[in-house]
Amino acid sequence: MFSLEGITTNVQDWLFMKFNPTLALAMECVIVILLAISLFAILGLVLVLMERKVAAHIQIRLGPNRVGPGGMFQTVADTLKLIMKEGLVPDLADKFLFNLAPFVVMMVGMLLLAPIAFAKNFQIWDINIGVLYISSVSSLSVIGILMAGWASNNKYSLLGAMRSGAQIVSYELSAGFAVLTIVVLTGSLQLSEIVNAQQNGWWIFKGHIPAVIAFVLYIIAVTAETNRAPFDLAEAESELTAGFHTEYSGMRFALFFLAEYINIFIVCAIGATLFFGGWMPLHIGNWEAFNHIMDYIPSSVWFMGKTFFLIFLIMWFRWTFPRLRVDQLLNLEWKYLLPISLFNLLLVAVIAILGWHF
Amino acid sequence: MFLKDYISDVVNGVSSLLKGMRKTGYYFTHPKEIITEQYPDNRATLLLSERFKGEVVMPHDANNEHTCTGCTACELACPNGTIKVVTKFEVSPEGKKKKAIDALVYRLELCTMCNLCIVACPSDAIKMAPNFEHSVFDRTKLTKVLNQPGSKIREGIE
Repeated sequence: MFSLEGITTNVQDWLFMKFNPTLALAMECVIVILLAISLFAILGLVLVLMERKVAAHIQIRLGPNRVGPGGMFQTVADTLKLIMKEGLVPDLADKFLFNLAPFVVMMVGMLLLAPIAFAKNFQIWDINIGVLYISSVSSLSVIGILMAGWASNNKYSLLGAMRSGAQIVSYELSAGFAVLTIVVLTGSLQLSEIVNAQQNGWWIFKGHIPAVIAFVLYIIAVTAETNRAPFDLAEAESELTAGFHTEYSGMRFALFFLAEYINIFIVCAIGATLFFGGWMPLHIGNWEAFNHIMDYIPSSVWFMGKTFFLIFLIMWFRWTFPRLRVDQLLNLEWKYLLPISLFNLLLVAVIAILGWHF
Repeated sequence: MFLKDYISDVVNGVSSLLKGMRKTGYYFTHPKEIITEQYPDNRATLLLSERFKGEVVMPHDANNEHTCTGCTACELACPNGTIKVVTKFEVSPEGKKKKAIDALVYRLELCTMCNLCIVACPSDAIKMAPNFEHSVFDRTKLTKVLNQPGSKIREGIE
């Protein structure tokens, strides 16, 4: 049976057999970095194409269908175009911060990749405070956005960046509470333990209605955190031209664009880990035969399937729901999501203490 | 009371959003709903609506006869001088003089497809045709004479 775990152990054994431990560790680091970068590149291409196709089909259109079979190479062509383009820096911009900002946003994405379990025992860094690490690092991306908005020396960019700050600060709370409900149920912050706790059923099924509510809140909050429509106030094409990346062009713009899709992938991967059991196959209680059949599907396929399902869900939202105004956005968070998530957390705590979950 | 309003707000909001998602989900899962016309590829089977207004034409029947009396109602109705009616007098066998058109000159490059000439025509001699591939390299080709050479007015049209 195919498993990524086998490949990693083989590579590690071979490296430690051939080289001394320090060198082998360094080489492993290089391999991990290369894998992460190539994952980012592939994800960028795949997700942009997926977004355009999903958007087209939801709007009864066809979407890209000229470059390659079914428009498969459209995003490759777009990327090539962006690489060729001149990266213009405005004359009065703060050059250092302007050039740094896209890399800060990308770096946050890369840092978030560390604790995600892509398959059984296939994880870069199984840190024991994984969930806390994710919620703290994910809010760092606002620094990159503020940096871009400030350095551009453009009123639209600055306004967009300030909006993004307000948005991330408020929605971080309900995302945190949604994650906390699962932490309460599991009793651990470590992502591998959260996955293992879902051996006999995913939390969205085991946690009854509060888990479902927490999942909905999580999806809403992370959509807001990744600055996507219907919460795209930081970009706000209709009011602020393109918000914080108005002045960006060429490859720097491509990095911002890529970071948006990487962030979607990461929040969906975390959502899949917390609520849908990560790489854990679909197990139903004590149905031994059914569970064994499900085990034959590789864990990496399970993980990617769940993640892409959530990504599709977020795209579905984006192309269905109307945009919010900035005051409506803050109303939604502080008057609706936050009270509901607090109450929901209380409910989950009662369930966890009384042991009503399966 | 406040709590009741609050909960009904949330329920109404969520249910209306779900309604929207149901609609878009239906479109996503039913590719037959797609309305995109892949134009140059499906040129042979292209379906245009009957109301499509592409250019003014004058229908002629099998005997090369039209119904234009040369009354210049269309020329008067045209807001930007697209149509120019050139009339002549035909002498009938009985020696009676009758007004008829020599040429109905139509300048496509000026036309805004406003349909006023079609509405103004008392004998339904002209109509809008669903042609839209009008691009030419020479502007003079856009000035067209709508009545065919040798055509004459149909009997009984006054």
